[in-house]
Amino acid sequence: MSRIGVFICHCGENIGRTVDCARVAQSLGAVPGVVHSVDYKYMCSDPGQALIKQAIQEEKLDGVVVGACSPHMHEKTFRKAAASAGLNPYLCEMANLREHCSWIHEDRELATEKAIDLGRFIVEKIKFNRPLSTIFIPVERRALVIGGGIAGIQAALDIADGGRDVILVEKESSIGGHMSQLSETFPTLDCSQCILTPRMVEVAQHPRIRLFAYSEVESVEGYIGNFQVKIRRKARSVDETKCNGCGECQKSCPNRKIPSEFEQGLGNRTAIYVPFPQAVPNIPVIDRAHCALFRGRAKGVKKAVCGKCAEACGRKAIDFDQEDSFVTEKVGAIVVATGYQLYSIGKEQDSEILRGYGEYGYGTIPDVIDGLQFERLASASGPTGGKILRPSDGKEPKTIVFLQCIGSRDRAKGIEYCSKICCMYVAKHTMLYHHKIHDGKALVFYMDIRSGGKGYDEFVRRAIEESHALYLRGRVSSLKRIGGQIRVQGMDTLSGETVSIDADMVVLATAMRAQPGIASLAQKLSVSYDQHGFLNEAHPKLRPVETNTAGVFVAGTCQAPRDIPDSVAMASATASKVLGLFSKELLEREPLIARVDRLTCTGCFHCEHVCPYGAVERKELRDARGRVIRMVAEVNQGVCQGCGTCQATCPSKSVELDGFTDEQIFAAVNAL
Amino acid sequence: MGFEPKIVAFVCNWCTYTGADLAGTSRIAMAPNVRIIRLPCTGRIDTLFILKAFERGADGVIVSGCHPADCHYTSGNYHARRRFAVFRELMEFVGIDPLRVTFSWVSASEGGKWAEVVNRATEQVRRLGPFETYPRAGRRVSYERRQDGENAKVRKEYL
Repeated sequence: MSRIGVFICHCGENIGRTVDCARVAQSLGAVPGVVHSVDYKYMCSDPGQALIKQAIQEEKLDGVVVGACSPHMHEKTFRKAAASAGLNPYLCEMANLREHCSWIHEDRELATEKAIDLGRFIVEKIKFNRPLSTIFIPVERRALVIGGGIAGIQAALDIADGGRDVILVEKESSIGGHMSQLSETFPTLDCSQCILTPRMVEVAQHPRIRLFAYSEVESVEGYIGNFQVKIRRKARSVDETKCNGCGECQKSCPNRKIPSEFEQGLGNRTAIYVPFPQAVPNIPVIDRAHCALFRGRAKGVKKAVCGKCAEACGRKAIDFDQEDSFVTEKVGAIVVATGYQLYSIGKEQDSEILRGYGEYGYGTIPDVIDGLQFERLASASGPTGGKILRPSDGKEPKTIVFLQCIGSRDRAKGIEYCSKICCMYVAKHTMLYHHKIHDGKALVFYMDIRSGGKGYDEFVRRAIEESHALYLRGRVSSLKRIGGQIRVQGMDTLSGETVSIDADMVVLATAMRAQPGIASLAQKLSVSYDQHGFLNEAHPKLRPVETNTAGVFVAGTCQAPRDIPDSVAMASATASKVLGLFSKELLEREPLIARVDRLTCTGCFHCEHVCPYGAVERKELRDARGRVIRMVAEVNQGVCQGCGTCQATCPSKSVELDGFTDEQIFAAVNAL
Repeated sequence: MGFEPKIVAFVCNWCTYTGADLAGTSRIAMAPNVRIIRLPCTGRIDTLFILKAFERGADGVIVSGCHPADCHYTSGNYHARRRFAVFRELMEFVGIDPLRVTFSWVSASEGGKWAEVVNRATEQVRRLGPFETYPRAGRRVSYERRQDGENAKVRKEYL
């Protein structure tokens, strides 16, 4: 027979004023199996807890029910008290007599009867509680950071400075991300590369960071604390151990007319190239799609069509036969910081929900550009040496029109969300334009101005007052090429008049989107994402850097549009989560997870199908001679989060959720 | 003389239970007829729990969890919803008026909504009257309020 102790708390007046606690204790004391039942003013206080500990020891209790506030408040407190008195903490439960009873009812009689019922549910349930112990899983205390933009760099540096090893994987040839393409950053107008490149160098030189640039994550297996990651190191056709970054190969390459991705198509590069001079690592890569030698090989030509870079290389670092190689690493935590791409202004879109802007010419008008292209024009290391020049004829534009909200906040074009940064960078662009072309006229068509950060609204004010940008509240219905200019047909809703401007250049502030291929990466990590490809956080308010997959964290724009300071803050937040995870040698988990009875499990694997975390594994059930009888389900103790969907789904009731087993719940219901 | 229904609520820990806590913290008064049983997720709910509740003397049942797309465990509430959709057809067959069972989504911030769900369910079940389709061995306790305003506990014995 059980020996349960019941402790009813008055909680001062909070429970005691409405519920007759003495009567509740008395009534529950009469339930078979309860050997000790008392009430007290403040159960969570030291003397209150002492009462519990004393009763456990003196009365040899094997179960404790505390009728008090919500378990969300003090379950941990009472479990700790029970444990310190020698009772397994999972044999201690709470009945919610405050939030669910005394605080919402006024009738003393009815509230007391309800309190007795609630207490009785828990008393009957606890008779079927089993002692459970904390689960310990080993932790591989190394982190993987996917993405080498500002967020990935910050996360890697913070984790490495915290004393743990980091592997940083970046798919492009150099780290730096989009921030390396920017000219100046708001609201300080800091030169973007000047503040970024020292961090990039720090990453390359940090003893605890291993950088795999021009590499991608091929596959991820395992679970928190024990991931196995396979990394594909794409072939640069250059031996990294021999190359010293002298640049002779690039000087000798005959193919100089390939549109540069870094310059957003406004400048050219060679077939063997380093994306920008400050690249880290400063090792070139051969673009096999455009290199004459590789195109020859693809056609079946036997003799090498070209080999100028190999001849120019003093270190014999060029290797035309290099192939992709694979590396497998064990890590304990993964940070995803894969960044963003912009909504293309062209006709081809990589998603079915995007419609593109036919009314703006589908990108066919040469002087209609997007924000990143404007950054490259303004950048001193850009294709025009920092001069704002029209791509069509190289002349200075005297009138530039900026259009905000292109793609964003536009259900007709497929995106309802706001991209957060465009109001700020358009203001910045008007200021950069004014600084470079003093007699230039900048006009901005906007819907709202969203400048909520520190110093942000003051920054926009400066664009209007100091740089004389003209802000028009309205949208633009069409852009048409008239001679060498662009006719902008728009509306100024504050004056109620239509506006027609012949501009020399138009800059579209296009929407920020998730990177292409994010769906496939998310599936490899078992992380969920929304219809736009942004990765889902565990809780939008209180868990913004975790995902619902234990051990996988997110930072930066891959989760939602945001600016650089927020991306950096988020990256440091993930680092703190990772370092917290790594602070112990063994990971502790609450044991309120599912367990399969292998003997009754029929191997239908409905549980595997419904488990949101992929925590169910298939194992062989063998007899005494070692022969396989059948496959059965097994729950991975590191991954299971304890929802119990498997138990409700199991046709043979072979899987049980400890802490909420069928026996326990039916016992509570039977106590009605 | 009013019959006071007895209602059992199976709620998920992360949303509805916390929402009910919030209703308590906000001191929102509501009908005292509901007894909450805490589960980690509505996906844990076996339809047998609902049947058992009726068998043991409940007049009504509430099932409440996180809003679609917000389940703490990602998809438990979808499984609960599908299970419930199938169960509703079975309910009529076994003699339970589907109006006795309320299915709702209450998030952790919706204390007021929880109070509405409780009050609405209580009124609905009160109008339907006591659930007497399942005679059961043992004692059933119910409450009646006398016309002179005095509260009295009346025990009804069933064999």
